[in-house]
Amino acid sequence: MSVIYVLLAISIVVAILFFIAFIVSVKKGQYDDSYTPSVRMLFEDELVIEKSSEEIKIDKNPTK
Amino acid sequence: MDGTNCYHCGEDCDNFSVDFDEKHFCCHGCKTVYEIFADNDLSYYYDLQAAAGATPKAIKGKYDFLDTDSIVEKLTEFKDDKLQLINLYIPHIHCSSCIWVLENLNKLNSSIRNSQVDFPKKTVRISYSSSKFSLKDLVLLLAKIGYEPYISLDDYDNKKKSVNHELIYKLGVAGFAFGNVMFLSFPDYFDLPSNTPSGGEFWLNQYQDVFRWLMFIFSLPVVFYASWGYFKSAFKGLRSRVLNIDVPIALGIVVLFLRSTIDIVFELGPGFFDSLTGLVFFLLLGRFFQQKTYSFLSFERDYKSYFPIAVTVINSEKEERTTQIHDIKKGDRLLIRNEELIPVDGILLNGNARIDYSFVTGESEPVRKKSGDKVFAGGKQLNGAIEIEASKKISQSYLTQLWSNSVFQKNKADTFQTLTDSIGKRFTIVVLSIAIIATAFWLYHEPSKAMNVFTAVLIIACPCAISLAAPFTLGNMLRIFGRKKFYLKDTQTIEQLAQIDTAIFDKTGTITTSKKTIPIYQGSSLNKDEELLLKNTLRASNHILSRSLYRILDANDIITLDTFEEYLGKGIEGTKDNNHIKVGSSDFVSKRKFHETINTAVHISSNDNYKGKFIFYNQYRDGVSEVFKTMSKNMKLAILSGDNEGEKLRLEKLLPKLTPLYFNKKPEHKLEFIKSLQEKDKKVLMVGDGLNDAGALAQSNVGIAISENVNVFSPACDGILDASKFQQLYQYILASKKAMRIIKLSFVLSLLYNVIGLYFAITGQLEPVIAAILMPLSSISVVAFATVMTNILGRKIK
Repeated sequence: MSVIYVLLAISIVVAILFFIAFIVSVKKGQYDDSYTPSVRMLFEDELVIEKSSEEIKIDKNPTK
Repeated sequence: MDGTNCYHCGEDCDNFSVDFDEKHFCCHGCKTVYEIFADNDLSYYYDLQAAAGATPKAIKGKYDFLDTDSIVEKLTEFKDDKLQLINLYIPHIHCSSCIWVLENLNKLNSSIRNSQVDFPKKTVRISYSSSKFSLKDLVLLLAKIGYEPYISLDDYDNKKKSVNHELIYKLGVAGFAFGNVMFLSFPDYFDLPSNTPSGGEFWLNQYQDVFRWLMFIFSLPVVFYASWGYFKSAFKGLRSRVLNIDVPIALGIVVLFLRSTIDIVFELGPGFFDSLTGLVFFLLLGRFFQQKTYSFLSFERDYKSYFPIAVTVINSEKEERTTQIHDIKKGDRLLIRNEELIPVDGILLNGNARIDYSFVTGESEPVRKKSGDKVFAGGKQLNGAIEIEASKKISQSYLTQLWSNSVFQKNKADTFQTLTDSIGKRFTIVVLSIAIIATAFWLYHEPSKAMNVFTAVLIIACPCAISLAAPFTLGNMLRIFGRKKFYLKDTQTIEQLAQIDTAIFDKTGTITTSKKTIPIYQGSSLNKDEELLLKNTLRASNHILSRSLYRILDANDIITLDTFEEYLGKGIEGTKDNNHIKVGSSDFVSKRKFHETINTAVHISSNDNYKGKFIFYNQYRDGVSEVFKTMSKNMKLAILSGDNEGEKLRLEKLLPKLTPLYFNKKPEHKLEFIKSLQEKDKKVLMVGDGLNDAGALAQSNVGIAISENVNVFSPACDGILDASKFQQLYQYILASKKAMRIIKLSFVLSLLYNVIGLYFAITGQLEPVIAAILMPLSSISVVAFATVMTNILGRKIK
């Protein structure tokens, strides 16, 4: 029946790992600003398009 | 030509527009920003949000102090030879375009390595290599694209405000323990170990000690770390002989922990560890909900966030040097440029001083000073550069001394007893007497059960739900008010607001608008030609008064003037076909002597014949009359103004009869006035706007600052009300009263649960599983009730 010790130990270790992850994320400031990342996330896609238009522009420039 | 708006800032530009790249701009500044963005592949800025920009302002010389190394050192978060890191507050940050362009600053200058916007705080954190690029360059670059940072003495004095994560950690610990303890008490919930007659679970029965001691270990950090604040608060309350709500809570936690520990040590039962951890978790959740407010607003500002960091000092060799404000000594010669602030009291040496003291005294009219006159700190110079000699150090100035008054040290929260605390007092007494009576009863009948009953009563009566009612109701109200542009400092302010019976208003900037004034003409009427000439002369001038006069005149033809001349601080003159017109101050327009009028006036003469004057009256906010009328029915009102009596007659007409009006009140008089009302047991609401009201705002029970733009400076206060919502003020007060009623109803609801729980406790039948069900159930139903009711209430207010 010692399997119960193993199970308990595993469950508690997993729980503690998540708890540590939580503490680390708070320390890193993940909860300080909960709004800006949600906006920033949407930029990346557009930026790619922006870059491709930049390339076109560079191509155009020498002909000018 | 309707609806031509500036492509950059969205300002209406029907009258005047700069066209570039097939787009319209209201001014060259906006066009320049557009050019910068277009040249650097940043025009995506305009796709994210149309017309998001701001017009860059002239800032020549304003940031010269950033050349001084010691100042840069103080402002930056990190600084070495190569790299500097700074966090700048930029009030204009308001949309996704702003985030995008500020995070792409490196496209504008390759020295900028990284920039990150914190939108709720309206700050941007920029790191840049300082070898070719200085802080001054950075600030100038930001200002050039319309994102001028706001740097004040406040940034200089207290450097880094570290974010306090304590509550989040505590919440995490409590939540973590709560989940695990509940998981470990699962066998007990289903009565698995002890239920031997029906077979039982042999192995759970065997290992129940392991489960119980694990629960004990999990509850340790909850009791000794997460709930420490409640012990401290209860102890503080007891020491000052106040039974606040934290006393029964702390008592409940202690009893829960001790009883549970004893239960498992003597193998009496599984203990109440699940209820204990759950209780602390819910309590902290309430605190968390109450705490989060508006990170971009500051309610603690004093003169420091209004004052610049440095000022130009002219030394004996006539050299100009930037000097930190604290280093100004008596006798220093200071150069104050146009639109700059006078940092210390002093004597005007030379220059044409026209000083706007509206922020300090409430006086709406700029004051003229001659050389040799005294000038006071806090005034803004409006008319070219002046030189003054400092006569005091900054901390001894008239304005800054207001902050040495003891009201600024006092914390209103310490003296105010919340509804929850006053209930807590009665609650504690009742619970303790029930516990004692029940114990006495059982001691007589069945002594073995007495201790059991005593602890059970204290456990079940722990006022978790009661202490959650106020945080959730008021926390939600705070958010609802915030959406209506009424920003309050904390939840306690709502409670205070609900008790207000006297409201005192400042005049200038509070019940009057700061921008619009209506000119009224007095004198002989102008003929068509004169009116046309007047309009076209005004058209050429950029002075504020000229612009507002220009807007109200009817003549529409645009003619080209033969000559136009603007005399700084005096007036303007225009000629056309031998006719000439003079517009401006009385001595500029005519040689005749006039009685000094109290209100601002612009005089006009045509071909040297005096014609008349336009008098500018303060314009009152829309609905002032109605607001005062409805409020006067239920509370006492008064006007307390630092301005002169020029508007007395108009105010008397506007406001309900017999509203007391006080004029020429200095900042400290205002404070004393509020104090004297409070001594008569009045609960005073002060509504003001400027530094001159700061003392009164701090002294009053609730001080509300009215602000045209909540991002710019407002003095220390309990709440900031957006000027456009002035008419709703009374509605907000009524809503606060209703919120208090919701709290009282929630108390009744949670008391019902307590009565049910007490039945089990007194009869000695309290099983841990009952406590584990009742406690969260009561908390959740109180939270749900409070949230739903406040949302209904919120929908009703405009």
